[in-house]
Amino acid sequence: MAVDTLILALLGLPLLASALVLLLRDKPDLRDGQALLIGAITAACAVRLYASAETDTVHFISLAAGLDISFTPEPLGKLFALVAGVLWPVATLYTIGYMRGAGEANHTRFMFFYAIAIHAAMGIALSGNLLTLFVFYEILTFSTYPLVTHKGTPEAMRAGRIYLGILVASSVVLLLFGVIGVWVLTGTLEFKSGGILAGHIDPFYVPFLLALFAFGIGKAALMPLHRWLPAAMVAPTPVSALLHAVAVVKAGVFTVLKVAVYIFGIDFLRETASSDWLVYVASFSILAASVVAMTKTNLKARLAYSTISQLGYIVLGASLATSLAASGAALHIAAHAAGKITLFFCAGAIYVAHHLTDIKDMNGLGRVMPVTYTAFALGALSIIGVPPLAGAWSKIMLMGGALDNGHLLVLAALMISSLLNLVYLGEIVLRGFFAAPTHGLKSEAVQEAPMSMVLPLALTAAMSVALFFAVDYFILDFAKPAGG
Amino acid sequence: MMQHLPILQIIVPLLGAPLAALLRGRDLAWGLALLLTGVAFLISVVLFGQQKIAGEALIYELGGWPAPIGIVYVIDAASALVLPVVSGIAFVATIAARRLVEAEIDARDHALFYAAWLLTIAGMLGQVTTGDAFNIFVFLEISSLSAYALVAMGAGRDRRALPAAFNYLILGTVGATFYVIGLGLLYMLTGTLNLMDLSERLADVESTRAVFTALAFIALGLFLKMALFPLHFWLVPAYAHAPSAVSALMAATATKVSVYVLIRLIFGVFGIEFPGLADAVGLLILTLGIAGAFVGTLAAILETDLKKLFAQSSIAQLGYMAIGIGAMSATGLAAAFIHLFNHALMKGALFLAIGAIAAQAGRASMHTIEGAGRQIPITMTAILVGGLALIGVPLTAGFISKLYLIRALLEQDFWMLAGLTFISSALALAYVWKIIEAAWLKERPEDAPVLTESPVQYVPAWLMVVATIGFGIFSAPLVEAAYAAANVFIGGTR
Repeated sequence: MAVDTLILALLGLPLLASALVLLLRDKPDLRDGQALLIGAITAACAVRLYASAETDTVHFISLAAGLDISFTPEPLGKLFALVAGVLWPVATLYTIGYMRGAGEANHTRFMFFYAIAIHAAMGIALSGNLLTLFVFYEILTFSTYPLVTHKGTPEAMRAGRIYLGILVASSVVLLLFGVIGVWVLTGTLEFKSGGILAGHIDPFYVPFLLALFAFGIGKAALMPLHRWLPAAMVAPTPVSALLHAVAVVKAGVFTVLKVAVYIFGIDFLRETASSDWLVYVASFSILAASVVAMTKTNLKARLAYSTISQLGYIVLGASLATSLAASGAALHIAAHAAGKITLFFCAGAIYVAHHLTDIKDMNGLGRVMPVTYTAFALGALSIIGVPPLAGAWSKIMLMGGALDNGHLLVLAALMISSLLNLVYLGEIVLRGFFAAPTHGLKSEAVQEAPMSMVLPLALTAAMSVALFFAVDYFILDFAKPAGG
Repeated sequence: MMQHLPILQIIVPLLGAPLAALLRGRDLAWGLALLLTGVAFLISVVLFGQQKIAGEALIYELGGWPAPIGIVYVIDAASALVLPVVSGIAFVATIAARRLVEAEIDARDHALFYAAWLLTIAGMLGQVTTGDAFNIFVFLEISSLSAYALVAMGAGRDRRALPAAFNYLILGTVGATFYVIGLGLLYMLTGTLNLMDLSERLADVESTRAVFTALAFIALGLFLKMALFPLHFWLVPAYAHAPSAVSALMAATATKVSVYVLIRLIFGVFGIEFPGLADAVGLLILTLGIAGAFVGTLAAILETDLKKLFAQSSIAQLGYMAIGIGAMSATGLAAAFIHLFNHALMKGALFLAIGAIAAQAGRASMHTIEGAGRQIPITMTAILVGGLALIGVPLTAGFISKLYLIRALLEQDFWMLAGLTFISSALALAYVWKIIEAAWLKERPEDAPVLTESPVQYVPAWLMVVATIGFGIFSAPLVEAAYAAANVFIGGTR
């Protein structure tokens, strides 16, 4: 298949799935089955696109000079499309199990917006310019709002307001201003390797422009714009998986990285030292979020703060402005996605099987849910950065990037953070396997969640391992010109 | 016939007015208004095309008397762009007017209503086309006097329309008087009233105190007519208590025409080279524009009555047009023209949709639309899209406005002002969000009246919604026309 067909397929298939969800709303099995099938096809297309070397641009419409809706597959975008595309069917399978297991209402509406969110994520991944990216970024925000408020309780509505408020306000005030600023300065918004800004802007202003993007992209959850992410944990667990792994926060850090690489240009950022301030902000975000995570005993809240910390790694990778660090950041998008989705799948499985949400109640639960806890341990180790799991590589590359650029403090921050990760994620695993039971279950016999939930979490745990060995395929080289 | 189009543009609605007053049947009066506004729209479109093909100003000499002795009508790139806005909105508003007027105005007054309606439209079209400064005053008064009457007709339903109309009359008259005083000074100095002739002869008396006084009077008078902050207080009650059809027509066109006249006088007569214009006057207009943008937006956020809310938002939007003018550059003027065009579409759509609700429920407030998203989804979606366009979301016309406005400011290195403009426009999110929350996220109260919708009510609003999206996506022709309009006054390209 030609590349443009693949792009249209990746954008169109999720829309098709959402339309079919509505049509088949009275036949739950058919409705869920087609979503699974279309998800699998999407995953195949994403893999096929990732393997392809072509970089055709698909143009849709042109608004004004330098303002197009167009799609260009470049390596970074293809990687994000791959992450979202492959995790979608897995998450769909899990969703089916969770929604039926936990007895959630409005299944059809949920599946519909889930598919729209994937469509938006694909649009962000393959966007050929900032305008296209912005449009899909907003679609993603609005399509995930009904998912966050799915339960309809006052608490969920409040969370939804924080979610929409922070994400829309930051993007409309800061990000859009940055986008227009770039257009005024350069007359184009196209993503080009090496960036488009060099020579068009007084270096004095570059840090300010970068700040518009770093804080305008609220989905990257850089402190202090992180509040929406912990607030959104009131949503059902499949939504958390979508937010933390498949689409939303990944779209955020992906956008930061894409802007740093293809709009500012890594070399331009390094030469003007414009991103140095962001290095420290990101390091602060990494450490502060880890410290907050340690104080949380609600499992999902702890994982949410862990995500904020991990997103800091990717922003850090973008701001270190070396090709090694940028490659590490790109790899971390994939590695963290596989790891964190596993952790959330496990949290959801624990909730559906035993209705537990607090870590203190989960002592000894590992012996009751051995598969879930093994997967959890693998995901946790990957996020901590222990070989042979995917997270190890990205952390090594980020550390190398920090060394390249002489940021020794950052090196220290990364090491302290790994230690903190070990404490707050390790605690859960250790309590699960070795502590005296407090879970209040009568027997120690194995009691796992339904198969449709256990299978996905085992699969994503296996991905974390596989990613470590197949890492060669996922290291993008930003040093040599890539893309169109 | 074709060469007489510039005068027919005005004559058609003008002569229709007494005819409408004579037609006693209300459907006949409406039918006549619909026919004539339709013809006027058609003429505008043809004139736009003729001017574009000619590539230069089309000058129509009334009675065959050449300028500066006779009165001329000028169709240049600027007036050719504004004419279709006024006549197009007038046509669509007339389609919608039938239902709204039936619901809100006593049947005996319908014929008179449509007479005043046609008069105000004729007055606006006249201000746009005429090349004579005193003629502008005449048309200004024609459109204003009939507009006062139209606003006062809201009294049948809401007595507050009377004080609103009275306030509007007093302040409107003050504005017109200021304008004519300034004009008198210019006539005294130069002995001419023809706009082109004026601008040539002003060069001789450029630095006299009388000219500066004239500029001050004219600018002040027009600031009042265009409701530029802080001279905007007449606008909110007038729009809020007027009959719904009148709110829609005026919100979309009346102040825009004054913006156009301001541009024509400041740039077309005094000119960008006029001493102190580019810096002092420019800075004044910029400052008032930004202040208006914030004041209007913040007031809109606090407002619960939808007509008042969007009237306050109009203050802010006029502020943006002022910012474009104040930038004193080709891009700035183009941005002002783009926003003039786009805002007419957005506000037309919004006021028509709100009018449909107000005509049924007696008023349209946050409380009236609680949970209405499920009851009248088509109407509420029109309001939603209009709101998004006001914020400036990409793929709506508002985005294009914002794009060129920011560009105009950044071209002059006004980073701070660009930031402020941006923040104020993003604040619009707050009041649009209040509407979304009320209409879709709240349940409809049990005791609330059932709202209905039918194509007669929502098709006119949707015509403008579609145009808002259309010009948001295929914006190139509009941007080109706006630059051509700006280039009438200031040289410069995209």
